[in-house]
Amino acid sequence: MINLNWFPVWQRNFLVWKKLAMPSLIGNLADPMLYMLGLGYGLGGLLHEVDGVPYLNFLAAGTLCYSVMNSATFETLYSAFSRMHVQKTWDAILNTPLTLRDVLIGEWVWAATKSLLSGVAIILVIWGLGLYSNFAMTLALLPVVVLIGLCFAGLGLAINAVSPNYDFFLYYFALAITPMVLLGGVFYPPTALPAWLAGIAAWLPLTHAIELARPLLLGRWPDAVPLHVLVLLGYGLAGFTLGLRLTRKRLLR
Amino acid sequence: MSAPLKLCKLSKHYGDTAVVDGLDLELAPGRCHGLLGPNGAGKTTTLRLALGLIGADSGTVELLGHTLPDAANKARARVGVVPQMDNLDPDFTVRENLQIYGRYFGISQREMAARIPALLDFAGLAGKADVPITTLSGGMKRRLTLARALVNDPDLVILDEPTTGLDPQARHLIWQGLRRLMAQGKTLLLTTHFMEEAERLCDDISVIDHGRVIVQGSPRDLIKTHIEPHVVEIYGDGLAEWQTCASQFSRRAAPRENSAPSGGSERSERGGRQLCRRCEQAGETLFCYTETPEKVVAELETNNSKTAGLRYLHRPANLEDVFLKLTGRDLRD
Repeated sequence: MINLNWFPVWQRNFLVWKKLAMPSLIGNLADPMLYMLGLGYGLGGLLHEVDGVPYLNFLAAGTLCYSVMNSATFETLYSAFSRMHVQKTWDAILNTPLTLRDVLIGEWVWAATKSLLSGVAIILVIWGLGLYSNFAMTLALLPVVVLIGLCFAGLGLAINAVSPNYDFFLYYFALAITPMVLLGGVFYPPTALPAWLAGIAAWLPLTHAIELARPLLLGRWPDAVPLHVLVLLGYGLAGFTLGLRLTRKRLLR
Repeated sequence: MSAPLKLCKLSKHYGDTAVVDGLDLELAPGRCHGLLGPNGAGKTTTLRLALGLIGADSGTVELLGHTLPDAANKARARVGVVPQMDNLDPDFTVRENLQIYGRYFGISQREMAARIPALLDFAGLAGKADVPITTLSGGMKRRLTLARALVNDPDLVILDEPTTGLDPQARHLIWQGLRRLMAQGKTLLLTTHFMEEAERLCDDISVIDHGRVIVQGSPRDLIKTHIEPHVVEIYGDGLAEWQTCASQFSRRAAPRENSAPSGGSERSERGGRQLCRRCEQAGETLFCYTETPEKVVAELETNNSKTAGLRYLHRPANLEDVFLKLTGRDLRD
């Protein structure tokens, strides 16, 4: 990361994204909006309050984290796979002075950037709907969103490296992403889970992301910030490092 | 000027298979060097080693004065690569493809803007700057890929099968482009399956097989050294019968040829051997390699029932004959 060789790779992806920015942003917003409004009003009507706040407010942080995770994951799975395997864009870049490390850092930072963009779009909706208690605190969500993006982009690059085709990604969604959404506290507080399930949930990076984001939206400073930050960074760095090693094996053997 | 690329005793194994096996290669500056070999001979792996994309098990690579793999990215800054498969960026226009590729070399946007018109001109795509890649024909894509390999004004251009899949018109355009590059003093290293292409373009040729260079030289020298100067291809009805007869005839007519067997004599078919130095049967066709084609032709022109159904083609030997002699006629899959 010390040199900026990776920047043209980031820039390439940004320029492609720019061509399709509007549909991409609308797509990024539609899914979380439906979750928030549908579940928030639908379930919220039955639940009244969760953890002392209206369900829609409770759900907002979970939706934010889940969407950022999804955005980073999709970018490093489907989009990066297209560039690596289908279009051979990475091969073209590797014939220039850039190295595979530069390419992967560029992809990593780009996926985090793209998930930041979708995170910001959701934060704008949260502000618009007034689903927060302390505006200044919601600003601290931005670095949290960046962390979540780097975490799941790193993990995605590792999965991408070993994938033979697009269908393979369904395993990752079924075995990692969906369990995380259901156990990580997107829809309910993790305290609602029996101890053994909560124990599993405590190992999942999304759980830590929500532990940071939810208090910030509800107007409290989160507990154990260094732990959550380290877990997210750790997963992200481990994923990236593994991804680099496996992609090198795949493309440059 | 030293060799733009020097490979020394290079080896690369995958499992137990030596894909590149003690390969030596040295390019002369300003010349076009052809790397010929059947599928699986190790051509593409050699190019990847030469670019420092993969590391060798043993041996050394020196690319434009840099020792690889350590200084690979410095060396690649002065190299242009045309890959076997087009990997242009489908999300961009022709111009954007060049612009963005320039960025990977650290070339400023202003500098690229200045270079692009000449590159488009070179590729014959002057009117297509703002056209999306998806609308280009195969030949145009190939030319753009060649232009893209030149964004950094490289000293050495490496081309992996640059004309595979192109029609003759498109191929000739690529050849013209490559000749212009040679006129500018650039060194070219190309792999191809088209012997005609190698014969026309290359100053030097290395035939590689099983990961090793088996012969090296100019196309003319290779033909002169490794093969008889004339070929008569014979095919049609009654070939087998004619062969038997001809061998009997020539045993009387040309006994001396018998005592001068060539290197490929094991491959010779029993018939027709005495009429020419070396014969090979491939499918329905008999290839007679000889210094004295007149004898074969005279025999074939003899009008009798044996030759009535036969057709033949007499031509000078070419690089493809050398290639087939050296690497065999068996399919490599």
